[in-house]
Amino acid sequence: MSEMLTTLEQTALSEYKYGWVTNIEADEAPPGLSEDIVRFISAKKNEPEWMLEWRLKAFRQWQKMEVPRWSNVSYPDVDFQAIKYYSAPKQKKVLNSLDEVDPELRATFEKLGISLDEQKRLSGVAVDAVIDSVSVATTFKTQLAEMGIIFCSMSEAIQEHPELIKKWLGSVVPVTDNFYSALNSAVFSDGSFCYIPKGVKCPMELSTYFRINAAGTGQFERTLIVAEEGSYVSYLEGCTAPQRDENQLHAAVVEIVALDNAEVKYSTVQNWYPGDKEGKGGIYNFVTKRGICSGINSKISWTQVETGSAVTWKYPSVILKGDNSVGEFYSVAVTNNHQQADTGTKMIHLGKNTKSRIVSKGISAGFSHNSYRGLVKVAPNAVNARNFSQCDSLLLGDKCGAHTFPYIEVKNNTAQVEHEATTSKIGEDQIFYCNQRGLDTETAVALIINGFAKEVMNQLPMEFAVEAQKLLAISLEGSVG
Amino acid sequence: MLSIKNLQARIEEKEILKGINLDIKPGEVHAIMGPNGSGKSTLASVLAGRSDYEVTGGEVEFNGKDLLELSPEDRSREGLFLAFQYPIEIPGVSTTNFIKTAVNEVRKYKGQDPMDAVEFLKKMKEKMKLVEIDQSLLTRSLNEGFSGGEKKRNEIFQMAMLEPSLAILDETDSGLDIDALRIVAEGVNKLRDGNRSFLVITHYQRLLDYIVPDYVHVLYKGKIVKSGGKELALELEEKGYDFIKEELGESVEA
Ligand SMILES: Nc1ncnc2c1ncn2[C@@H]1O[C@H](COP(=O)(O)OP(=O)(O)OP(=O)(O)O)[C@@H](O)[C@H]1O
Ligand SMILES: [Mg+2]
Repeated sequence: MSEMLTTLEQTALSEYKYGWVTNIEADEAPPGLSEDIVRFISAKKNEPEWMLEWRLKAFRQWQKMEVPRWSNVSYPDVDFQAIKYYSAPKQKKVLNSLDEVDPELRATFEKLGISLDEQKRLSGVAVDAVIDSVSVATTFKTQLAEMGIIFCSMSEAIQEHPELIKKWLGSVVPVTDNFYSALNSAVFSDGSFCYIPKGVKCPMELSTYFRINAAGTGQFERTLIVAEEGSYVSYLEGCTAPQRDENQLHAAVVEIVALDNAEVKYSTVQNWYPGDKEGKGGIYNFVTKRGICSGINSKISWTQVETGSAVTWKYPSVILKGDNSVGEFYSVAVTNNHQQADTGTKMIHLGKNTKSRIVSKGISAGFSHNSYRGLVKVAPNAVNARNFSQCDSLLLGDKCGAHTFPYIEVKNNTAQVEHEATTSKIGEDQIFYCNQRGLDTETAVALIINGFAKEVMNQLPMEFAVEAQKLLAISLEGSVG
Repeated sequence: MLSIKNLQARIEEKEILKGINLDIKPGEVHAIMGPNGSGKSTLASVLAGRSDYEVTGGEVEFNGKDLLELSPEDRSREGLFLAFQYPIEIPGVSTTNFIKTAVNEVRKYKGQDPMDAVEFLKKMKEKMKLVEIDQSLLTRSLNEGFSGGEKKRNEIFQMAMLEPSLAILDETDSGLDIDALRIVAEGVNKLRDGNRSFLVITHYQRLLDYIVPDYVHVLYKGKIVKSGGKELALELEEKGYDFIKEELGESVEA
């Protein structure tokens, strides 16, 4: 009781201090971050006390932390007090027909080969009877529930499955892991929760695509995937269609847990707004993604296709704790114009006979910079650890840059760590050869880069791969010739 | 079908083609011989539209069109094929995928639908037999790690798939062993149908034993300095290029 009073008192005091009255009815928090705002967010979401405490703890830690500056990207400092940390998920403005959609956006949809219904859904046109994504989602949900699979929004999970959330949230990415994970933990808006019970092989690709309330949760997304013993799931995040967002800063956290003999495959296509040709605007994407193979023989595999954002800072990692566990990272990162990407992975070998494989393909065009940063760490007890890393860079033009920063820390002499790196250019002679066979330069570039990225693209689920291939080509349009 | 008039071209300020005249009629096979550096590959590249070369004068008509006005890809789509002296490699792209893209680009240009998979496979099989190329080669990355001879054979296979109206073969015979040479030449001969024309660049009379040309031209310092029938190739083989130089009034060191 007294505790509650203190909280109230505090609230009252800080209201005064900040000159802002917490209005639970408000759709939006004013700019800036304070304990009040964290309380407001939590209250808005009707969260239980433990969740609020968790957030507050994170906020207090965050206040003590500093913005990381070690990556190979440069951008103006983000003013964290100028950002709004909560706004109610807005219904997108409903349009009457596709004719009202930005023609540039439509042209991209067309090139991606996205169906008309899907185009409508993505651009917020009221979809008529036949394909209603909501009902599609519900159908899947029932089917999954019968198998004991939980697939819902994080907000829902906090309400419905508190014991699971309490157990696993922050267990892979501790709140204080880094500046952005602490920030995310304090203010995360929503995200997905996915739980695969013991022995269950999820029969379909789980995708945020099918989730009803995926919209408007982009900025501080929080995802948690737990695969119990012997289970399997393939999870798909993102969407190849261009995504615009008014929020410039994105700081998501994704956590994956794989128990004994479990396997999780996580595929992402990231296509946030990259800014214009001069490098104005665009999203800063600072993501923390980490999985732990905590059980024996478990496996976590990250596949990512990164084409969007002005600045990307992202290192999906795997902690190989269980003996014989396997971690994989397959990445294609494309940068064009003035985009900057600093991305890679960390493979932390703790258990015996653990294996990791890294395949990174960086494609740079225009004035962009593309860095691979990888850490392979083998702990003293990780007998017989194996790692193979392949980092290839492809340059289009001579004003862009590719950089590779492989860090290797081996503390056990039975480890075998191999690293290969190449840098190549799309040659004019390659383009001319293709031209001579009737391919225009755009088609030629698309063919060459897809050949370059093939090993990674092959990891994507089929239906996704086709779109992702086209996306690569579109991202590089106009960068050659 | 191809008519070249006074074609001149340069690269980086260096005049290489200094007024080429050449007429090729449907179904004809013309051979071009000439010493290293005389401009043979340059002529092939200029006809195919390589942008490094600047055309400084002359005209080229191809199937009734102004060839020099067309983009390189449109020249290809109009039926001009160049078998490269040095075919390039494209990692991660199989020959099958590459040639399928090429075939369909040409079809698109002609307003046709893409070829369906069954039809395409049938055509592949047929042409593979024609140039005796192994399927395993076609599933590998285009030219990557191919031997010199395999690359050349792959060029001829692509030619067979694309069915051009004019094929320019730039030293397709060099680097081939005797069997491969025969196979490639036979492949070419099978594609001679009375309509399709060939411009064969070679250093060796040997190839012309297999692919019998209607005309032989000698390219020297950017000009065609002598033309004749297939016997000219024999004469060159016997005497070397010195007699041409003599005819041109150039001094020849003993
Ligand atoms: N990029 C370039 N810059 C300057 N000179 C060039 C360039 N490319 C070609 N040349 C020159 O143009 C001339 C003609 O070259 P080309 O390749 O056409 O000769 P070729 O007759 O095909 O010779 P070969 O029999 O050796 O194949 C040569 O002297 C060559 O050095
Ligand atoms: Mg040559």
